[in-house]
Amino acid sequence: MKEKSPRELLEPRDLLAIYRDMVRIREFEESCPKLYSQGKMGGFLHLYSGQEAVGVGVAHAMHREDYMVSAYREHGLIMAKGAEPKYVMAELFGKATGVSRGKGGSMHMFDADLRFMGGYGIVGGHLPLAVGVGYAILYRESDEVVVCLFGDGATNQGVFHEAMNMAALYRVPVVFVCENNGYGIGTSVVRASSLDQLYKKSCAYETPGLKVDGMDVLAVYEAVRQAVHKARSGEGPTYIEAITYRFRGHSISDPGTYRSEQEKKIWQERDPIPNFAAFLVQAGHFTKQELAAVDGEEQELIKAAIRFAEESPDPDPEELWTDLYVE
Amino acid sequence: MAEITCREALNQALREEMERDSSIFILGEDVGLYEGSFKVTKGLLAKFGEKRVLDTPIAEAGIVGLACGAAMAGLRPIAELMTVNFAIVAMDQIFNHVAVASYMFGGQVRVPLTIRAPGGAGHQLGAQHSHSLEALFAHCPGLRVVVPSVPADAKGLLKSAIRSDDPVLFLEHEGLYGVKGEVPEGEHLVPLGRADIKRSGRDVTLVTLSRMVYVCLEAAEQLAKEGIDAEVVDLRGLNPLDMTTVLASLRKTRRAVTVEESWLSFGWGGEIVARIMEQGFDDLDAPVLRVGGADVPMPYNKHLEKSAIPDAARVAARVMELF
Ligand SMILES: Cc1ncc(C[n+]2csc(CCOP(=O)(O)OP(=O)(O)O)c2C)c(N)n1
Repeated sequence: MKEKSPRELLEPRDLLAIYRDMVRIREFEESCPKLYSQGKMGGFLHLYSGQEAVGVGVAHAMHREDYMVSAYREHGLIMAKGAEPKYVMAELFGKATGVSRGKGGSMHMFDADLRFMGGYGIVGGHLPLAVGVGYAILYRESDEVVVCLFGDGATNQGVFHEAMNMAALYRVPVVFVCENNGYGIGTSVVRASSLDQLYKKSCAYETPGLKVDGMDVLAVYEAVRQAVHKARSGEGPTYIEAITYRFRGHSISDPGTYRSEQEKKIWQERDPIPNFAAFLVQAGHFTKQELAAVDGEEQELIKAAIRFAEESPDPDPEELWTDLYVE
Repeated sequence: MAEITCREALNQALREEMERDSSIFILGEDVGLYEGSFKVTKGLLAKFGEKRVLDTPIAEAGIVGLACGAAMAGLRPIAELMTVNFAIVAMDQIFNHVAVASYMFGGQVRVPLTIRAPGGAGHQLGAQHSHSLEALFAHCPGLRVVVPSVPADAKGLLKSAIRSDDPVLFLEHEGLYGVKGEVPEGEHLVPLGRADIKRSGRDVTLVTLSRMVYVCLEAAEQLAKEGIDAEVVDLRGLNPLDMTTVLASLRKTRRAVTVEESWLSFGWGGEIVARIMEQGFDDLDAPVLRVGGADVPMPYNKHLEKSAIPDAARVAARVMELF
């Protein structure tokens, strides 16, 4: 029997949820630069605009009880996993109501209930953590899966190779998703990696590696769905390279002048959100008006999130000393 | 003399040394095309070309290890680590290779390597991007540890670090890159291992370095209003450690407080106190006190972060306890 395509697997309401999640993340991220310039947030701010199809495709291919681990460009990922924007925004404001209670900030979000196991700021550092989460799943003989997201830059760290090897060696139920947005800060992939087809990096570890269009949310969804299924059935890790692009600079302080206007324009045309909207309309699933209504709702949601963050209290000064040791 | 920023002073030092010695090359993440994440390597790729200004992958162990090997084979590498927190990724290379090679091989080989790394807190960068780790490196024999505070020292110390035949950890503070000061043009060398008195005073010695120099100077102004005249000793580095200057200052003031941004526990302030006990006990009229950062991972929230780092009021209050 022929495998069903994601277009057949997904009900219209799933498709709309996918659309909604992407819009939500975009609205959230695009509201940040202004708030940052008003001094409402501090630190580094790595925005996800352009890469939504990866995070949302991944999240929809997982179960709620599956784990996700990621690097520091993770506002979109934690929301795709189910976090409400208001708690994510509150974290950016450093407030006590934030997902990490104001102690983590943009790069270090965590939600234990959602099994979002953190954003980490050391490039590549979280990959072995994901393998460890996977080992815990094996150990308990449960059937969850862990998905680990990271940038192209992380694949040049030694720890990437250690994690890949151990994951394959122990047949850990982990799916590695490399978000290849073409750059590690100002250095392009071809100038940083001897192999620019990053999906091939897993072949040394007998781990299947595949490449997917990271601007096509259904393509990501389908690749991850299959990899998650394999991991859950005890077939071990898969490594997926999603080809994508970040529309903004590396972080809020990076003007991104190392990329040509021409290059940016080509990728803007591949913007995953309007393209998915066009597909939904063309396939007759939804009308333009219905999608516009979703856009409006999400804008309101983000406005409310900002209000919530603004009105939330700072952590108590005593919080400086809490959480370090178990009381 | 020209007034320039620390950033420009460091850039001058790199440029002048590379012009002088063709065995020097720079390597690190985004040091070339991007001109450095803090723009310290601005213009160097254009001037010296790709062989001498090498963009690397994000691979700190590889960067430091490559630099160590190149240094052992006769070059004079300057490795830039984007921040000192990432030096920890390269810690095996630094502690087990860079620091020991010369000694372990009976002096047959030297490692004339400079590792530059910015660090320090104050920008809400959270627990993986904010720490000051100079004490960590100072703990390891074989490594020189240099920590400038003003632009003139930044230039003069970096030039000396590059010329040193020992491996040097050259630790810059992210909050100081924009600080301006007068810097001599051309050949300006500040020898490693000599502290500098940034403010002279009679009543108490504040022993400090890096950004805390400014905090101590501010504290000294506050103390002056209370009639206490504080001397500020800028160590400018931890290895070699200039106890001569510290002890001389102590003989004059008879009281001392160490002020460090990093974690207080097991920090370098404790080392200074121990040495004062061993070498300067008779000059003391009061116990030596310490001020340091809170012993916690750096929190993101700006109020919490601020309270985790010493400020002038805290330093002044601690000093007042001595009188
Ligand atoms: C170990 C380490 N080295 C350097 C950095 C500084 N740094 C932060 S992000 C980044 C680029 C990472 O690029 P990539 O992994 O492709 O992820 P992207 O930012 O493109 O999502 C670098 C070099 C870091 N955070 N950690």
